Amino acid sequence: MSANAPILALRNVNKSFGPIDVLHDINLEVRAGEVLCLLGDNGAGKSTLIRILSGVHQPTTGAIEMDGGQVSFPNPRAAADKGIATVHQFGGTFPLMSIGRSFFVGVEPTKGWGPFKVYDRKKANAIAVKAVQDFGITRIDDGDRLVGGLSGGERQSLAIARAVHFGARVLILDEPTAALGVKQAAHVLRIVNEAKRRGLAVIFITHQVMHAMAVGDHFAVLIRGAVAADFKKGEKSREQITDLMAGGETMADLEKSIDGYMSTHGGHPPPPAH
Amino acid sequence: MTDSKTTVPGASAGGGFSLQNIFRRPEAGAAAGFLIILIFFGYFGVQNNFLTALGTSTWLNFASKVGIIAIPVGFLMIAGEMDISVGALIPAGGIVLAMASELYGLNIWLSLLLSLGIAGAIGYVNGMLVTRTRVPSLIVTLATLFVVAGLNIFVSKKLAGTTQHSVQDAGPVSEFLLGDYHTLQFGADDAPFIIFQSLQSSFFIWIVFAIICFFVLHLSPWGNWIAAMGGDQQSARNAGIPTNRLKIALFMLSAMASALVGMTEAVLANTASTTTQFGMIFNSIICVVVGGVLLTGGFGTVTGIVFGTLTFGIVFQGINFTTFDKDLNLLFIGALLLIAVLMNETFRKMATNWSSSKK
Ligand SMILES: Nc1ncnc2c1ncn2[C@@H]1O[C@H](COP(=O)(O)OP(=O)(O)OP(=O)(O)O)[C@@H](O)[C@H]1O
Ligand SMILES: [Mg+2]
Repeated sequence: MSANAPILALRNVNKSFGPIDVLHDINLEVRAGEVLCLLGDNGAGKSTLIRILSGVHQPTTGAIEMDGGQVSFPNPRAAADKGIATVHQFGGTFPLMSIGRSFFVGVEPTKGWGPFKVYDRKKANAIAVKAVQDFGITRIDDGDRLVGGLSGGERQSLAIARAVHFGARVLILDEPTAALGVKQAAHVLRIVNEAKRRGLAVIFITHQVMHAMAVGDHFAVLIRGAVAADFKKGEKSREQITDLMAGGETMADLEKSIDGYMSTHGGHPPPPAH
Repeated sequence: MTDSKTTVPGASAGGGFSLQNIFRRPEAGAAAGFLIILIFFGYFGVQNNFLTALGTSTWLNFASKVGIIAIPVGFLMIAGEMDISVGALIPAGGIVLAMASELYGLNIWLSLLLSLGIAGAIGYVNGMLVTRTRVPSLIVTLATLFVVAGLNIFVSKKLAGTTQHSVQDAGPVSEFLLGDYHTLQFGADDAPFIIFQSLQSSFFIWIVFAIICFFVLHLSPWGNWIAAMGGDQQSARNAGIPTNRLKIALFMLSAMASALVGMTEAVLANTASTTTQFGMIFNSIICVVVGGVLLTGGFGTVTGIVFGTLTFGIVFQGINFTTFDKDLNLLFIGALLLIAVLMNETFRKMATNWSSSKK
């Protein structure tokens, strides 16, 4: 599968915000039908990297290539037009819109003519519901339901189905499973697999190694803005990946320091660092 | 999809009774609220002719003026913005019409177009300031409220030497369409069957305007764009919606609607004054909120706003028909607003938690 040419590639990309260097010399490739998992600690630069890919930020130096040719994304619209779809943590962003309406935001199907063009609710609902059901979410059967009434996993699925329906070639998912329970997360992972099966390139950001290993073909670990490791499925064990994600510090060390903290703090674990 | 015949969410309550359907149609709440208020004041005001054609016209005429402004203000709120400059645009509309026709002898229709044009320009400035600077529209339009209010007085005095202008009868057609009382009755003069009595032209303008706005918000794709803007501005823009242009257009619409109200008042009363209508700022917002539009944007219906305006009209005027102390009027309105806001908030929570709570 990795024999084919990359759809999207970053070549020596650097990004700095004024004096702050956030990304150093990033080289990455994603191919059709492949899931690239982007791993890394908080603040490693994962979100910045995908914002470059989705046109929110532009690289300070370096190049983005698509299908072997250099491209630039001056704005999110430009990236979207080239088939790069970004799904954010909460999926559907219009909680008080119906499934059908939010699915077609900006490209509403209409019927009638001239100034009397009318939004075709039935058609929109039917297409939206079918698109989601094709991804295995059979519980969504009414396009009039409000997006806000869907579960987190269903909302993610809807957003992914939408991207695929509108011809996305690269799907970027920024921590899609972060706020989800076990069952819901499994749901989303299944859909990621389905998108991959349909030949999309998927960039999947997560903090959970289990989730990454469940769908990933290719892994890149970011540490302080640089690619610290780049490997394929099966080349590293779960422990090794976890250690890498913790920024080189081994999990064993971390556990020891937490134990130490707890013994000196009356059994309380340390507060989560944010 | 049991209600396969309805093409508009909200056009009917088909699909049987279920909580989901009610959450989907919060304007049903506005309609229910209207019925309760109507029955309440109908009961307590029946001796004082509240339910007669003339009594009904009292609050319908009042409601129509707020209503014309409330719909575009509601559109803005759905899109996540506010417009409080309407309080100065109402008198601006009236005095421009008065001065253009009286001082400069302009034809009434040209005066009307000029007045709408000036209002549109002010709305354009509002929209540009909001979309370019990203200063909250509450502050931007608060500033333009005072700027326009000041201009109203200054220009009036400079050009006409007064803040009170007279508006001559401008011809039967314009009077009929803009500012007259209308009655429709059948049968003999001594025992007529009255359909409506003494309804002002503004009432009919309101109804036509509401129908057009209903089409725009609920049937045309534009409505989806407006709601998307208020739901999430960034995503809406990424989806290819021209958010800035649409917002500017909405500010222009609310400014022109306010000027139109000012003109109907001027033609009806044959006078126009520069007095800023601060009350109408609050009134229009109350109607919109009572009509179920979310203050946070992203959701609202024209039907809801119309029912909210009717409810507000009854509560505002209805007390005069009852034996209650008139001083309780504002208290009633405050209570009404509070109940509406709490209901809207409950709706929003339930709508967005629906299936997670079911699971
Ligand atoms: N617009 C900006 N201006 C200045 N610094 C920024 C900007 N955006 C991000 N940064 C910095 O870049 C670094 C990387 O941020 P980024 O959001 O990409 O991390 P992340 O890997 O996505 O973290 P997380 O896992 O917490 O989401 C952080 O130190 C952040 O403070
Ligand atoms: Mg991030």
